[in-house]
Amino acid sequence: MSKEIEVKKKQEIAPAEGQERARDRSLFVPLADIYETDDSVYVAADMPGVNENSVDITLDKNVLTIRGEVDAVAPQGYRPVYLEYGVGDYERKFVLSNEIDREKIEASVKDGVLSLKLPKVGPAIARKITVKKG
Amino acid sequence: MFDRLYTPSVWSEMERLQREMNRLFNAFSPGWMRPAPCFPAVNVWANEEGQVVTAELPGVKMDDLDISVVNDTLTISGKRETAEPAGNGKYHRQERECGSFSRTISLPYPVDADKVEAVMEEGVLRITLPRAEADKPRKITVKSA
Repeated sequence: MSKEIEVKKKQEIAPAEGQERARDRSLFVPLADIYETDDSVYVAADMPGVNENSVDITLDKNVLTIRGEVDAVAPQGYRPVYLEYGVGDYERKFVLSNEIDREKIEASVKDGVLSLKLPKVGPAIARKITVKKG
Repeated sequence: MFDRLYTPSVWSEMERLQREMNRLFNAFSPGWMRPAPCFPAVNVWANEEGQVVTAELPGVKMDDLDISVVNDTLTISGKRETAEPAGNGKYHRQERECGSFSRTISLPYPVDADKVEAVMEEGVLRITLPRAEADKPRKITVKSA
């Protein structure tokens, strides 16, 4: 028997003081996994309601930003009776510690999960620095 | 004394609350967010003809999902599997949980089980549950004597 998934409240990002968002929607932080191998960094983020056309990924220097717009509206002709989660856009930024080969970034969205493969530049050179006693 | 620049953080918190409430009322009046007791969180919508239940299940395949209805009780259960990552690396963060889940919900109306439809789109499950014919309101015509 596998372990039970715990319910997590969607974490909402409040707009900065005195600022309003252009889109009249809530903004949430997507839950993410970051996995690193010798040659790549893999990012997976839960963004239900997002498809390949509504996702936006930017890498500026070493800051990776993932954004997703969700336009899901309430079911037509129904009134809400019981609501437990909010629907809105997603945004999250990560600072990557490795240099990424921008040309080779691969991204896909499947079943509301964004998957990114960010290949690192060149072979990883591990160097150990020995500290001498003064 | 009441210079806004030096007002305590309580004010900004109040303003935030107010903003949040306004937005909530605009978006989903008259509903109110309640904490979900267990995974997955659901939203329930209804009209006289039936009800719609939505849940966010990113990464869950339709084959791994089991939906059953008895009268006015809906059970959503299933599992979310880990996608085994390539090579031997390490996780810097792992927030997305995997495992099994099961949730039972009492619906506003008994359901016509044969007409239940479930759609999974972009990780969002939407179940349409028409109200049982026997439970639908009937219009009573008053005859003149």
